[in-house]
Amino acid sequence: MNYRIEVVAIDCLMVRLFDRIDESNMPWMLAASQRLRSAFAERLVDLVPSYTTLMVHFDLLQVSPAVAQACIREALNDLQADAGSGGREHEIPVWYDLSVGPELKLLAERCNTTVADIIRRHSEREYQVFALGFAPGFAFMGLVEEALAAPRLATPRKRVAAGSVGIAERQTAAYPAVSPGGWNLIGRTPSKLFDRQREGYSLLQPGDRVRFVAVERATFINLGGDDTPLEAQA
Amino acid sequence: MSRLSIEASTPLCLLQDAGRFGVRHLGVTQGGALDWVSMRWANWLLGNGPGAAVVEVTLGGFSLIAEQDCCLALAGADLDARLDGQPLKPWRSFSMNKGQRLRLNAPLHGARAYIAAPGGFKAPQVLGSCASVVREELGGLDGLGSPLAKGQQLEYGGAAPAPKEVPEAFWPDFTDRLPLDLLLGAQIGDFSGMSLFEAFNRDWTLDSRADRMGIRLLGPVLQYQGPAMISEGIPLGAVQVPPDGQPIVLLNDRQTIGGYPRLGALTPLALARMAQMLPGSVVRFRPVVQEIAWLEQRAFLERFVG
Repeated sequence: MNYRIEVVAIDCLMVRLFDRIDESNMPWMLAASQRLRSAFAERLVDLVPSYTTLMVHFDLLQVSPAVAQACIREALNDLQADAGSGGREHEIPVWYDLSVGPELKLLAERCNTTVADIIRRHSEREYQVFALGFAPGFAFMGLVEEALAAPRLATPRKRVAAGSVGIAERQTAAYPAVSPGGWNLIGRTPSKLFDRQREGYSLLQPGDRVRFVAVERATFINLGGDDTPLEAQA
Repeated sequence: MSRLSIEASTPLCLLQDAGRFGVRHLGVTQGGALDWVSMRWANWLLGNGPGAAVVEVTLGGFSLIAEQDCCLALAGADLDARLDGQPLKPWRSFSMNKGQRLRLNAPLHGARAYIAAPGGFKAPQVLGSCASVVREELGGLDGLGSPLAKGQQLEYGGAAPAPKEVPEAFWPDFTDRLPLDLLLGAQIGDFSGMSLFEAFNRDWTLDSRADRMGIRLLGPVLQYQGPAMISEGIPLGAVQVPPDGQPIVLLNDRQTIGGYPRLGALTPLALARMAQMLPGSVVRFRPVVQEIAWLEQRAFLERFVG
């Protein structure tokens, strides 16, 4: 396994494992994360995984940059991909509807097909969680089928409802809380994506696998969803 | 238990500590006092741990009434603090009698003042910290990230030590005269030669577009010539360059990952100073390498303790 270590701050080093986004990165990323977490143990302040990198924030009172580098090299020596184990599997219910996912129509027009077909195609794939960022519990997932890829909105919405499910380029995600956002919205989930009372806080963790399951409005409501249309919330 | 009543506050008056750690892989930002050096001094004055909860007052507009006789500490910016109308300079602990009013008005020198109490202010720990992050609804007195508000009460439980001052030799320099140390990042070679020269030899003006996520800088347009980047972890102090070529220094409440190229990252000591500068301040960057900056930080922390 080839990787590069880059200096990013006085107490942070970037481990660069890949140079492109790919689902096949994940078993290596998970294995490297686990190795680094156990190698640094209490000397680790934070480990920030993303698509191709792992940022190691070490405790500068306990470790020098040189020692931290050596520790990374030792931890990643003879790295093997974590085949299969790692991530958990989730089924996330989504109410796909124009009132909460106005870009369903746009996507259908772009693909020259029906809204029902877009829903089917978005929900039939299994997605991987590549990274969490933007907001607590916001999971970047992919890869969305190439034909469904859509650029972010030219003007982001000032207010996107909690639970909104969207697409940006070949990625998909659900907004854990109300926030501004520029993703193409296609539905809404009643699932609580970030919960401070939950062990581990975030429903989704890097490396997890996710399948979206289309549900009717009644089920969405029963599961605690809020069906207020997007415009009415703005 | 001692109490203080908040008589006036603003959205920029926040309960803070050293920050929230161990949860950044979940997209949770770091948070914490922007000028960590002044926060440390405020706590040092009362014999607190370095990360005990403090009040961060940015630009003023904050007022407290003592519900009991008490002892507090003030460090950081001089926000024209008054104790019952009498000027109170920072870098000291002081006694307040029941019914007395502490008011922080407006910046005379620096931008952010830190008020500490014996043992630290009491607040719920949310994901291991009480640092207030409004955007993430984490921390603060209510645990939901809200700024401090009129009518709320601050509580603390420690015993008041004897009044003390920070020796003047240790007061940080809040002016923009000294350069800010910038650790060179991995994309440094992907900026144009002219941009590299300008980054370290031209003035950068702090824009008014500044908050706890970041401070925009105005100056020559920097040209990044490298490939598009894939989002990756962003360290505290990262100097990122979006497509408009105007750098943004990323602070404690930054997003956890991002995809803009970076010149590098300011050192924690440089960041603490920058957090005290008002819009319009003019700064220069000075390159520094990791080992040297790390040694300097270690030395600073050790001297602090001693």
